[in-house]
Amino acid sequence: MRINLRGVRGSIPTSGPGVKYYGGNTSCVEISAEGWKLVLDGGSGISNVTWHEELNHNRIDILLTHLHMDHIQGLGFCKPFFDPAMEMHIWGPASTTQSLHERLSLYLSPPLFPVHIRDLPCKLHLHEIDKKNFEIGPFKIYSDYIIHPGPTVGFRIHYRSAVFTYMPDHEPALGVSGILEDTRWVSGIDLAKGSDLLLHDAQWTDAEYPQRMGWGHSSMDDAILFASMAAVKHLLMVHHDPGRTDDMLNEMFNEVKNRSAVSFSFEPAYEGMEILLG
Amino acid sequence: MAAYEIEIILNRQLADCLSIPVFITDRKGNLIYYNEPAEEVLGRRYEDTGEMPADEWASIFHPSDEAGNILNPEELPLVKTLKYCYPYHRSFWIQSLNGKKEKISVTSYPILGRSSKFLGAVAIFWQSKDE
Repeated sequence: MRINLRGVRGSIPTSGPGVKYYGGNTSCVEISAEGWKLVLDGGSGISNVTWHEELNHNRIDILLTHLHMDHIQGLGFCKPFFDPAMEMHIWGPASTTQSLHERLSLYLSPPLFPVHIRDLPCKLHLHEIDKKNFEIGPFKIYSDYIIHPGPTVGFRIHYRSAVFTYMPDHEPALGVSGILEDTRWVSGIDLAKGSDLLLHDAQWTDAEYPQRMGWGHSSMDDAILFASMAAVKHLLMVHHDPGRTDDMLNEMFNEVKNRSAVSFSFEPAYEGMEILLG
Repeated sequence: MAAYEIEIILNRQLADCLSIPVFITDRKGNLIYYNEPAEEVLGRRYEDTGEMPADEWASIFHPSDEAGNILNPEELPLVKTLKYCYPYHRSFWIQSLNGKKEKISVTSYPILGRSSKFLGAVAIFWQSKDE
C-alpha cells in the first residue's frame, strides 16, 4: 500500500514560510492499493488527495477517527461528494446519543456550510463503528476506541503482510501515573502492537504536557514510550501544534532524540511524506 | 493478553486519584484492580496479589447484618450490580483486619461502555456515618 500524508498539523490549519517543511494542513492520510483508496480523516489536508488516480471503480472510503473540527473540516471540500457517479463511504465512531449522520450534519449544513449533507450528489453511505473488524477491498481493518475526548477510534490496517496503525489524537498517559507498565492497562496498545508503521499523536513537550493533561494529546516522549511498549518498527509523530514553526519542531525533536535510546526509528511526520508498505 | 477496554482503564485512572477505597471487577466479578485506600481495607497490596478471582476476594470481608448474620452474596451491592447491570447501595458490617466489626456503606455501579456493552463493575466503600 502507498501511504501519503496529506495533513499532519493539529487543531487548526496554519500557513506561512515558517511551516513550509512540516506543512500546515490538518489530519488527513491517503492510502492506495490495488485500485482502492482509503482516506483517513477529513482535515484540511483532504484537499491534496489524488481522487481519481489509480481507482478501478467509483468507490472511496473515508475513515474518521473522530469528529473534532480539525478532522472533518475538509469534508465539505472533498470533490467526489459532488460527483453523482461516485459511491462514498464514511466510517466514523459510534456515539451513545447521536447518529453519525446527525453529528456530521452539524457541520455539513447552514450556517456553517452551504450544502446539506442530504443534498450531496454522490451515493453516500455512513457506517458507525466501535470495536470492530471489517474489510474494505484488500484492506483488513480493526478499529477500537482510544482515549481522547468524545468518541474516538484508532485504526489498525492490514494490507498483505504489512500493518499500519493510525492514532493521530490519543492520550494514553491520562491519569496520575502516566502510561502504566502493564500493557493490559494501556489504551490503544492492541491496535498498535507490532505495527510496521505507527502514526501517533505527539503534540507536546514533556514540560507542556502536565498543563494540558486531559486535552486528549500526547507528548513526544509518551509517543515514543507507547511505540516502544507496542514494539512497533517505525513511529511517525503527528498532530504538530499549530503554534510550532519548522525550526521549533526540529529543536523539539532533536532534544527528544538525543535522550531516547530505542530500537525503532522515529521522526516527526511532514506533509507530502510517502511511505510504501506491504 | 488483550488490553482492557478504555472505560475500564479510565475507571482505574480515576480510582488512582481518589482517597476512598475503590474496587474494579470484570464482568464475571474477578477483581482486576483496587486502589491504595482499598488495599487498607483488603489487607493486601495490588502489586502483590494482582488480579483475584471472585470467590477469593469476596470471602475476605465476612459481610454481615447488624445482628451478625452472614449476608447472602446475592444481597451485596456489587453482586447485584454484576447480575442486573444496575447501581446499588447498601450499608452492612464487615470484619476488619484486626477482627473488629465495622459498619460500611458500599455503592456499586456497572461500567457500560459506549456501545452499551457491560464491561465490569466498580464498588466504592464508604465509612458509614450511621450510629
